[in-house]
Amino acid sequence: MATTIAPPTVDVSRRALGGRDIVLDAKIPSGPIEQKWEKHQFEMKLVNPANKRKFTILIVGSGLAGASAAATLAELGYHVTCFCYQDSPRRAHSIAAQGGINAAKNYRNDGDSVYRLFYDTVKGGDFRSREANVYRLAQISVNIIDQCVAQGVPFAREYGGLLDNRSFGGAQVSRTFYARGQTGQQLLLGAYSALSRQIGLGNVDMYPRHEMLDLVVVDGAARGLIARDLVTGEITPYVADAVVLASGGYGNVYYLSTNAKGCNVTADWRAYKRGALFANPCYTQIHPTCIPVTGDHQSKLTLMSESLRNDGRVWVPAKAGDTRAPHQIPERERDYFLERKYPSFGNLVPRDVASRNAKEVCDEGRGVGPGGRGVYLDFADAIKRLGKRVIEERYGNLFDMYHKITGENSYESPMRIYPAIHYTMGGLWVDYNLMSTIPGLFVAGEANFSDHGANRLGASALMQGLADGYFILPYTIGDYLANAKLPKAETTHPAFAESEAEVHARVKRLLGIKGERTVDSFHRELGHIMWDYCGMARTDAGLRHALAQIPQLREEFWQNVNVMGENTELNQSLEKAGRVADFLELGELICTDALNRTESCGGHFREESQTADGEALRDDEHFSHVSAWEYTGVANTPALHKEPLEFEYVHPSQRSYV
Amino acid sequence: MATLASRGATASHDGDAGRTLNLTLQVWRQKNATSAGKMVTYEAKGISVDMSFLEMLDVVNERLIARGEEPIAFDHDCREGICGMCGMMINGIAHGPERATTACELYMRHFRDGETITIEPWRAKAFPVIKDLVVDRGAFDRIIQAGGYITAPTGGARDANAILVPKADADAAFDYAACISCGACVAMCPNASAMLFTAAKVAHLGHLPQGQPERDDRVLRMVEQMDVEGFGACTNIGECAAVCPKEIPMDVISYMNRDLLRATRRKDREAKTSNE
Repeated sequence: MATTIAPPTVDVSRRALGGRDIVLDAKIPSGPIEQKWEKHQFEMKLVNPANKRKFTILIVGSGLAGASAAATLAELGYHVTCFCYQDSPRRAHSIAAQGGINAAKNYRNDGDSVYRLFYDTVKGGDFRSREANVYRLAQISVNIIDQCVAQGVPFAREYGGLLDNRSFGGAQVSRTFYARGQTGQQLLLGAYSALSRQIGLGNVDMYPRHEMLDLVVVDGAARGLIARDLVTGEITPYVADAVVLASGGYGNVYYLSTNAKGCNVTADWRAYKRGALFANPCYTQIHPTCIPVTGDHQSKLTLMSESLRNDGRVWVPAKAGDTRAPHQIPERERDYFLERKYPSFGNLVPRDVASRNAKEVCDEGRGVGPGGRGVYLDFADAIKRLGKRVIEERYGNLFDMYHKITGENSYESPMRIYPAIHYTMGGLWVDYNLMSTIPGLFVAGEANFSDHGANRLGASALMQGLADGYFILPYTIGDYLANAKLPKAETTHPAFAESEAEVHARVKRLLGIKGERTVDSFHRELGHIMWDYCGMARTDAGLRHALAQIPQLREEFWQNVNVMGENTELNQSLEKAGRVADFLELGELICTDALNRTESCGGHFREESQTADGEALRDDEHFSHVSAWEYTGVANTPALHKEPLEFEYVHPSQRSYV
Repeated sequence: MATLASRGATASHDGDAGRTLNLTLQVWRQKNATSAGKMVTYEAKGISVDMSFLEMLDVVNERLIARGEEPIAFDHDCREGICGMCGMMINGIAHGPERATTACELYMRHFRDGETITIEPWRAKAFPVIKDLVVDRGAFDRIIQAGGYITAPTGGARDANAILVPKADADAAFDYAACISCGACVAMCPNASAMLFTAAKVAHLGHLPQGQPERDDRVLRMVEQMDVEGFGACTNIGECAAVCPKEIPMDVISYMNRDLLRATRRKDREAKTSNE
């Protein structure tokens, strides 16, 4: 039943909260959507080739967005410095993306086009993204594939030597390019090879095992950062003309997620605390096809590519409490719930829909496996139809991975899957040029909020990361530098000294607490709060409960955490402690945003706002906007700023996958 | 490649979910790059067979912190076998006893109750120890920087389907490109040779039409850098391929040697011609 929705509850005047007068100007170029980017490219100022090397650009992160931006900016002649926390730029978590990358090539002649990719992405995002950004993304998608092939990315091919495609979660055309189940790896290695070439040529200074711990803002513009060398503990200021954050998403605030263990929000968070706005933090994506949790020792969750849903059928026993082994349950006593409820999309419904339905059947007591939090993903029919060999060719590495983790053979019995946090659509607010509210601070890839609205479609993350890095930032940063007329900055400026002193003080404080609890125990507890009250389904009461608990936990953390060791050497406890401290603040912001957005949209599902069929019910009248939050102090409610969203081309409708 | 299907693995879950193990660990502890290290013994009791090897270390570390001892430092990140960050010698084998498996994908169900497990860092001159089980693998990055790429600056690419790649070549290129740069090949080789790593990249790019223009230069520069870093020579022992979590075959080494020989001869010939 459709409920009436109260207007936003936390929407207060920014004055009352001490917020600044910020006008969120997305700077979308005028003109028809098809021509905006081309027109903008022409109108942007260029930096004289001889002057480019005088500009230093700092890039935080070396995933698809960071590595592609670093390589391309260096090719153009800028002086680039790149940081990553891993021991090599090639290890960034983009590497773990399995399924593929979308591009509107229409190589299949099945009706795809730039416009259709644009349309699908806006609709898939549940009408909470910016049309102009998404259109540009669809346009650029075509160039990305060309670029990657030129670098030697070994995409899957057909026997004639042409590129192969497949259809992917939520799409009715085959526009996804892939490299077996390791597309992210191959795309990242492509970007890494371009970056490596520039490092070898001396155009990029690469700092692996370095973590950004503060952003330095001088006279209102981003002019540098403070980084800690994770091996020596040395804390060093770096000066620049522009800073790019390509530091990934914040899914690890849930402790258990498909993210790598080191993924963190620290770079984004320090920028937020220096004045960048954080947009739509409550838009988190829960991926339907992950391997279920086995116990308290669980340190992360493993995703099985959702390409599996192309051939696997999702089901649970029709009756609650049925504990028979899967092969003992006859066909008529099974409920293929996605096929039943969504006859035209079936097992290929978007991620948020698939996830919520899995939760629902488990809540009904029909879940399978230990703890009852799982549903079957069954390949028996596909193997019967196509033969084991074809299935092995398509998914062999995924079946192997499943076997390694669970000890089970999915060629013979169905996999068990359950949703897990996988991607975060929210991130720092950026305009059309990918610049945040701090001039000179650009944000790319998963770290920004821009293109996916309230839900990201499969195979769109790789596309966005590479679009930002290869094809957008190299233009927009040039325009910024050509216009900015920046005075020379030095590390002797008081802003650097202030940031550096704060970083030192924080490290010292963390090491000095010497309490009783480990960093991981706090992280795990935070994760439980977030998953229980701000996970797949959210309620007013639940969110308020979480908002009461998180500050208490944060307080306890600063009183009672035990961080062993010293600052002057490799100290993994200290690294984790800094990241968890930031998650303890971010968690509160996510819940605040989720509480404020009383509608359901995409990955954000408020139980109070659903259709009669239990689908997410948007409230376009009150919520057709980006919620961008401004930091006003740890203990204060952040100030809300809104960027209205207008839909000229794709008219908001109730998403229907029936 | 040997996959689950072709190996004919059994369907049954071992039926041992929830079972726990009591283990003794002998772990290399080394404070930093300059201090001497030593093996230290720890008891690891009540370890669930459903834990990954790294989760077992997490549990041991939580207990160490509770006792006021410094946790064991080890590299890890994705914990799903693809980032290449983790790696350690487990009972003398790089990444442990399971074939085609990284340490993070190794599950405790493969160990016996009461077993003693030795855990050591990669040991190679070109991979200096930073702390405990953490080593510096920067040498691998420098080998790639020397030439492990195709020069293709952003913007100039032609339509992707204008380059035809026979499926067999594309598949082979993918197999070699699957290397995760973990360093197990070096750690397991008695000569600490980086031939498998370097050759995998040479073979990946050499199998593609896009990789041909720089083929000679690439192999010459990468091999030169490999030698500069202090990796040993290959004596065809094959430990590298046996422990490679991505099953890069030894063939790539002969492929690289062939490329190297051809490139060297061509270069010599060119040098002679230009001298005349």
